[in-house]
Amino acid sequence: MTEAADSTDFVQLLDQAGRRVEHPTFAYAGTDADIAASLRDMVLARRIDTEATALQRKGELGLWPPLLGQEAAQIGSARATREPDLIIPSYREHGVAWCWGIDPVDLLGTFRGTAMVDWPSRPDGFHLYAFVIGTQTLHAVGMAMALQRDGLVGNDDPSANGAAVVYFGDGATSQGDVNEAFIFAASYAAPVVFFCQNNQYAISEPIALQSRIPLYRRASGFGFPGVRVDGNDVLAVQAVTEWAIEHARSGKGPVLIEAYTYRMGAHTTSDDPTKYRRAEEEEQWRAKDPIERVKTYLLGTGAIDQAWLDALAVESEQLAERLRAGCAALPEPLLSEQWQHAYAEMPDLLVRQRAEYLAYEASFLQEAK
Amino acid sequence: MSTMTMTKALNAGLRRALGADPKVLVFGEDIGKLGGVFRVTEGLQAEFGPDRVVDSPLAESGIVGASVGLALRGYRPVVEIQFDGFVYPAFDQIVSQVSRMRFRSHGRFSVPMVIRIPYGGGIGAIEHHSESPEAYFAHTPGLKVVTCSNPLDAYWMIQQAIADDDPVVFFEPKRRYHEKGEVDTEAADAPMSLYQARVIKPGTDATLLAYGPMVRTCVEAAIAAGKEGRNLEVVDLRSLSPLDDATILASVRRTGRAIVVHEAVGTLGMGAEIAARIQAECFYELQAPVLRVTGYDLPYPPSRTEDGYLPDLDRVLDAVDRSLAY
Repeated sequence: MTEAADSTDFVQLLDQAGRRVEHPTFAYAGTDADIAASLRDMVLARRIDTEATALQRKGELGLWPPLLGQEAAQIGSARATREPDLIIPSYREHGVAWCWGIDPVDLLGTFRGTAMVDWPSRPDGFHLYAFVIGTQTLHAVGMAMALQRDGLVGNDDPSANGAAVVYFGDGATSQGDVNEAFIFAASYAAPVVFFCQNNQYAISEPIALQSRIPLYRRASGFGFPGVRVDGNDVLAVQAVTEWAIEHARSGKGPVLIEAYTYRMGAHTTSDDPTKYRRAEEEEQWRAKDPIERVKTYLLGTGAIDQAWLDALAVESEQLAERLRAGCAALPEPLLSEQWQHAYAEMPDLLVRQRAEYLAYEASFLQEAK
Repeated sequence: MSTMTMTKALNAGLRRALGADPKVLVFGEDIGKLGGVFRVTEGLQAEFGPDRVVDSPLAESGIVGASVGLALRGYRPVVEIQFDGFVYPAFDQIVSQVSRMRFRSHGRFSVPMVIRIPYGGGIGAIEHHSESPEAYFAHTPGLKVVTCSNPLDAYWMIQQAIADDDPVVFFEPKRRYHEKGEVDTEAADAPMSLYQARVIKPGTDATLLAYGPMVRTCVEAAIAAGKEGRNLEVVDLRSLSPLDDATILASVRRTGRAIVVHEAVGTLGMGAEIAARIQAECFYELQAPVLRVTGYDLPYPPSRTEDGYLPDLDRVLDAVDRSLAY
């Protein structure tokens, strides 16, 4: 922690006390109103997350991977993107999904077991959640290669350009696929922003087990820029991500962003962090909360007041209520409908198997009569 | 109509697919300037440019994983894995990503990718260059697995695989690469569906079921058996997933005897699945148990021993003798 805080390469624009900080390279371009919009997204993302965790505890979800503590990393980066950028998430990017207009009830279906990972509200530019660690980084490279071939990179008109922004964690950086993705993206100068949320733990394993050097420095070995940003500072995350995406969109190739943050909750609801980390460490990070510092700052400038926060609290509770009701109302899937999506056209074998299954099920109904 | 080798036929098929659809890309190691270590992609980069015939870094998972992304954005990547034994680094991407993207997305996405794999032994190669890993892929829902046995099929099947909206693992029998056959590259359409088996030689006494490199072996065995008065039927399966049950079962019902022949090891190989289907559907028509002639259950042995390891004409005829003796 201290290494990051002391490093000159650590980009921070709003410190944990809520004070704006100057940086020689990066500056936040938005207004206080923009910051208030980011705050709203962070608060709502956290409310989605805590509600989903609660739903899992009540037995409504099989599992939930919480984002608690990583709101600034996700909201700040997501707010730096727009179409035709492509978002390639792992499985914890609920805040990014929120910013891309995805109905959080759709997310719940994946973790309730009523659906796979395509969601009715998912826009084309937001790819499917990925559960096998690091695999999606290669998909992002391929999508970026498609952007190049589709003429969506390096145009004079910056608004015509896009980049692929792929999310992964510190643990994923040990995967072969992630390293291969770095190599392929560098070789083809593919427009990829590798957005690593270093939340300090791969389930129980601390970052020191994955890397002996700060992760962002790995980029130089692959031949592209790497930046470490305070992942709990939504202003800095957005500023750095905007720079990185513009770098990629303009045809200069990939960038690695290491968003230095902390997973305040468990890896998933099946995990027990008390077995591998100390309460003091969590307390130190609680003081760096990504939401509190923004509240402090905006209350100080007068951009928001208590009434604004109270209204946001009401909105949060309404959202939570909608999640509870939406979760309970998710339609139960039918096994008989699962056969149709294995192939473009059902092969004879699957047609027969499905018919056998339906006949077998029907035989119980016959007996019941 | 012209006479050409299987490598030339594949090359002609790829060229035609690249010419027909600008979304088709060829991606792999050494496939550009060099034209592939077997020269299957020779001249394609010069003709279609380095953005469509793309030399890749040396990483199989990277090749397949990046191709998933290209496919999801509307391209049709044709990936070359240089040798059968080098596909395993890409296994996770193929089995966990390529095969199930359609299923995961409830049918919204397809991954129209072809993964070409030169496979099989008989060329005196060093370790990891003679493997037959087809069963791993045929075991995976969401993948299609096909293999050609002759230049004509090679020419059409590669084009049909590229046109398919599902991912296809395309096995090329490298020991048959340089055998020649007649191919009409002017014809408009393929002579049959990609997923249909073909009765290569009709017969009445027993059915030899084979694919890829073993088809020729079985045809030769059938000719030899014919001189001894035995009339064997030979079926080229062509597609391993899905299997053309109708053609397989119709043949076995006619002859009452089935022998499955492949280079891959026997345990849980294609022969096991085919035998299970035959016994379930043709129990009363069978005159003998379904037999298998396969590679032995060993890692692929030193190449100086491969002639004994691989099924050959004599091992096939030996199995025919045992089947007919029932």
